[in-house]
Amino acid sequence: MNENTVLNSDEVAVVIKRLAGEIFQKAGGECIALVGIQTRGVTLADRLAVELSALGASFEQGTLDISLYRDDLSNLAALPHIESSEIPFDVEGAHIVLCDDVLFTGRTIRAAMNVLLDYGRPACIELAVLADRGRRELPISADYTGVKIETGKEDYLRVHFQETDQEDRVIHYTAEAQ
Amino acid sequence: MSTQELLQTRKDLLTIGDLSREEILQILDTAKPFKDLFTRSVKKVPTLRGKTVLNLFYEPSTRTRTSFEIAAKRLSADVTNFAVSTSSVVKGESILDTIDTLQAMQVDYMIVRHSVSGVPEYIARHTHAAVVNAGDGHHAHPTQAMLDAFTFREVYSEMTGKRIVVAGDILHSRVARSVFEVMHILGVEVATFGPATLVPETIPSYVKILRSFDEVLEFDPHVLYLLRLQLERQKANFFPSMREYHKLYGVTTERFKILRERGTWIMHPGPVNRGVELVDDVMTYSRTLINQQVENGIATRMAILYHLTPEEQKRLPLPEEIRA
Repeated sequence: MNENTVLNSDEVAVVIKRLAGEIFQKAGGECIALVGIQTRGVTLADRLAVELSALGASFEQGTLDISLYRDDLSNLAALPHIESSEIPFDVEGAHIVLCDDVLFTGRTIRAAMNVLLDYGRPACIELAVLADRGRRELPISADYTGVKIETGKEDYLRVHFQETDQEDRVIHYTAEAQ
Repeated sequence: MSTQELLQTRKDLLTIGDLSREEILQILDTAKPFKDLFTRSVKKVPTLRGKTVLNLFYEPSTRTRTSFEIAAKRLSADVTNFAVSTSSVVKGESILDTIDTLQAMQVDYMIVRHSVSGVPEYIARHTHAAVVNAGDGHHAHPTQAMLDAFTFREVYSEMTGKRIVVAGDILHSRVARSVFEVMHILGVEVATFGPATLVPETIPSYVKILRSFDEVLEFDPHVLYLLRLQLERQKANFFPSMREYHKLYGVTTERFKILRERGTWIMHPGPVNRGVELVDDVMTYSRTLINQQVENGIATRMAILYHLTPEEQKRLPLPEEIRA
């Protein structure tokens, strides 16, 4: 595997700041709810929250674990560990911004939307991702995208955050001999 | 969807002894997010959508069966209750033939209760379905013990070094056996208390035997776990009378006063015989966890069903395949 840094630590910070700015502008003073998908989507939501606070935006925050809504559970050899889902606000009528680190097939987002809809009927759900690597398998797109990268099917795109991986970095691993 | 920590799985849950400490903790950790679902407007998750869960109860049970039924339904499984009294079992069908029949119906999970120890294990060996022991004879009741451990852990997140007394009819209790095991594995000091006629000699060596309520108070348990006294045992002369049992081994008004002052938690697998295992006041005591045990039973059983994986079902051969 060849390793290629897509965003370094400084660039990650700049991109998150930009995403927060876009979310703030579009919200136009309306209260929004940032919902991070476990695990790195939660970190992204936390980072966006810091930036939104600095902008003086009003927002709420929650976390989601989508394991129980996966469409491939019965094909897995081992089961995913279930993290907590905490939605401390009323989903009914809320303006939700789902946050995840990487957008790939779209299946995680599909699952996340189903989880949210089981809490209530939000006014709208938007999607913010740090990196979009393309290759969608469902008709899903992001409203706020940090960086877009062309990737091969066998490639890996990894987002590292200080909190979980001791560094801020977006890495593209390319399969050799393409 | 790939970088998450993965859990080990198994086909069946037959006794607590099959599980490692790590596996027990994994299941208890998983039960927590399931319990959180109960506060949502939609209490169901689609995890077992399209799977079939069969309640196979050869012994009457309302509580455990209902708990499993709700647990399976909240995982979106289809649940069928196999009512033994109206089934072909009364017509003389063997257990194995029943299992073959159910297997042909492509059941994914079987929840088995039987008055004979070892039947769930026997069934598990003969089916692709994941089998959960919901109580067999005097042998084991692992899901009850798991929900008790979950309830204990909600009160004391660190269980090591805590103390529990399991009181009552140990001899006939599958609950006691499984509770001893799970508590011991999780580092809880285990003692037992009951009429000498109802405490078997074959009790595990790590269980301390207490001979009077004074010794219970001296042991000073964090949790006092009362077992249901089965009224028919009196006829078999294991103890002289209900009143005598209550006086010697039950939580009387006097003893309850002491326990309340100490803040001792009370657990009981239900249903309760008021005035035998405990006086009425215990039922309204803030540290009585009986209703929590029931609620946690659903979350824990959801976690157990999630944890188990049936073997791949083989379809029966078609006639042309048999001819060829």
